Amino acid sequence: MDFGLSEEQEQLQQSARDFLARECPTALVRELARSEDGFARGFHQKLAGMGWTGLIIPDAFGGVGLSMLDLAVLSEEMGRAVMPGPFFASSGLAALALINGGASALKKEWLPRLVSGEAIGALAFLEESDRLDCEGVVARASKTRTGYRLNGVKMFVLDAHVADFLIVAARSRAHGENGICLFLVPRDTPGVTVAPLPNVDQTRRPCEVVLRNVDVPASARVADETKGWKTLSRVIDAACVLLAADSLGGAQRALEMAVEYAKAREQFGKPIGSFQAVKHLCAEMVSEIEPSRSLLWYAAYAYDHETRNAARAASMAKARLSDVYARTTNRAVQIHGGIGFTWEHDMHLWFKRAKWNEAAFGNATYHRERLANLAGF
Amino acid sequence: MDLSFTAEQEAFRRQVRTWIKANLPVRERDAPPLEQGDPKRIQAMKDWQRKLYGAGYVAMGWPKEYGGQAADVVQQTIVNEELVLARAPGLIGMMGIQMVGPTLMKFGSEEQKRRHLPHILNAEEIWCQGYSEPGSGSDLASLKTRAELVGDEFIVNGQKVWTSNAQHAHWMFCLVRTDPAAPKHKGISYLLIDMRSPGVTVRPLIQMTGDPGFNEVFFEDVRVPRQNLVGELHQGWQVANATLAHERNMLGSTTVTQHMFNGLLRLAQSRERGGRPAADDPVIRQRLADLLIRVEAMKYHAFRQLTDTIKKRPPGIGASVNKLVSTELNHDIAAMALEVMGSYGLLARNARHVVDRGSWPNEFMFTLGLVIGGGTSQIQKNIISERGLGMPRGA
Repeated sequence: MDFGLSEEQEQLQQSARDFLARECPTALVRELARSEDGFARGFHQKLAGMGWTGLIIPDAFGGVGLSMLDLAVLSEEMGRAVMPGPFFASSGLAALALINGGASALKKEWLPRLVSGEAIGALAFLEESDRLDCEGVVARASKTRTGYRLNGVKMFVLDAHVADFLIVAARSRAHGENGICLFLVPRDTPGVTVAPLPNVDQTRRPCEVVLRNVDVPASARVADETKGWKTLSRVIDAACVLLAADSLGGAQRALEMAVEYAKAREQFGKPIGSFQAVKHLCAEMVSEIEPSRSLLWYAAYAYDHETRNAARAASMAKARLSDVYARTTNRAVQIHGGIGFTWEHDMHLWFKRAKWNEAAFGNATYHRERLANLAGF
Repeated sequence: MDLSFTAEQEAFRRQVRTWIKANLPVRERDAPPLEQGDPKRIQAMKDWQRKLYGAGYVAMGWPKEYGGQAADVVQQTIVNEELVLARAPGLIGMMGIQMVGPTLMKFGSEEQKRRHLPHILNAEEIWCQGYSEPGSGSDLASLKTRAELVGDEFIVNGQKVWTSNAQHAHWMFCLVRTDPAAPKHKGISYLLIDMRSPGVTVRPLIQMTGDPGFNEVFFEDVRVPRQNLVGELHQGWQVANATLAHERNMLGSTTVTQHMFNGLLRLAQSRERGGRPAADDPVIRQRLADLLIRVEAMKYHAFRQLTDTIKKRPPGIGASVNKLVSTELNHDIAAMALEVMGSYGLLARNARHVVDRGSWPNEFMFTLGLVIGGGTSQIQKNIISERGLGMPRGA
């Protein structure tokens, strides 16, 4: 029994924290938020230089080949820094889709380029219905002489506008899990139209992707027709863990900001942090965050080591951290008083990220119902 | 990160499970604790602890010289988990094992250890805690029960309240004021008081559950030998703080919480609301799922704290977080059970149509008592914010 981070993971955490404190201050966050793409290739290259863009990519493809827990630790620090950019979409979702999907030619071609930072990937699976179950995939993949023709509209595709390729979920059969395929589609393929969807959380860049008669070769298929949904499900579980990790880091930082403010701000002749109501709000934040950390670590561990519990654990972590991050930032804004409500103060960056994280890949209500089913209620 | 137990630990678990199955009487399963139960049960409870101790499953972490096995914390954790899984009753000697024993081992004289530790382990002597007073609850350090040192005896006068099991106890560990002139934290001493001493009067108090779960204890010129002082004179607050930390960990038992949740889930699956199983109702499912998530979070949090204990990391305010979260979670689980039962929820134990032997409304009330006792939730939040976050005291 050794429930906790290894020494190497603690080092990874500390080095990520130091790096991001230096390289991703809120000034950069705001600059990228204002920018058209929300993406700075130079910054992305720095992440590649640290080895992080390939953290979870097997070393056979030039990556570091580390675990979901390692990636979660890194993601926590990125959440702490409200780091913008396509890391999650590219080195998380797209990388995992390729790794789990299994088409070796595609892995050989694209994974090393994700590692080096020269390529960005994105995952296109949600549609207008915003359904997370397999019936949410309505986009069609019709067989052609040389491959497939894709038609449909994908929504909330993170960072499609800067991606070199998209992993697109489309179906070759009218209903059901079988018949869902994943295709690697270079963004510049004719028929692909990407429109950024400006978002209240400006650290995230979701896009609408319209596919009109997009022809791809047979070799573009990432996973067999029978494995497409299985692959996608695994990626969605990973997304839940990684977003929960981002939320954990953000919640911790929001708590720290609130405590720091409460110690400094004086009213009625004393620091507001000496008033019990304020102290108790902070204590409640601690009492929610710390057990959530344990839950998150378990979910990351289960993803790799207890696969029969992985989906359950991912839903638990996503549901809990969605609630905790949102509640923590709500309290943190209130503890800051009027200034917490301004654009100028940084607090809203975390506040908005909390709400985006909450909604993405299934909110707490969705995941609680999913848990109820998986737990056999 | 490794959640597995070693082959030896798994073998040990199987051994424990087999032993419990062979030795726990069926009628003892789900038996209530002494505070809620029948005084006639005392002998059965003592017998059970004695048997368990004889098998080597009690106070395993205590040093061998004091009756333990110097076993690592994982082994005792495995035993505790297996006991909960088997629905075994709590130990009658838990106060002694978890609170007094460790305190004596840390601060007590050799004579005190020799005199008391064996009887704690074999359940021959039951202990109660003399801390709270009518005027001193959350502000425990303001306590007034006076112990005047006269020659080689203390003369004790005063009153304690909320003293669980005082009516059955042989001994009390008691905080008394030995120096009224000193600042309040510096004038307290920790005394062991024989409950059969002349001048000790125990008066049961009925809890809202209807059970005489705790008591008032009056001291009128009670003579306590000087050698019953634990630690130095006027140093009782330091001694007590060590014990309070143990109490908070004891109250945050995650396995019991999991067990309660399992009972709630079974209830929701077997009872109907609006003509269908409660567990099929989408709103109830949401609330059950949320409780399950909180329960699981505490389970993994306990593994993390176990690991920290094994690695000898300082516990910090972890015990306060545990106490705050677990006690409120247990109460919320019981509250959900009442919701699932609807009109049946408030039926008393002896009513026709009562569900689960009327245990749920009892749990609902008793768990609120546990939110308050051992340091209220509000006090825990003060501790977490002041000692954990460094926020300023007082205002």
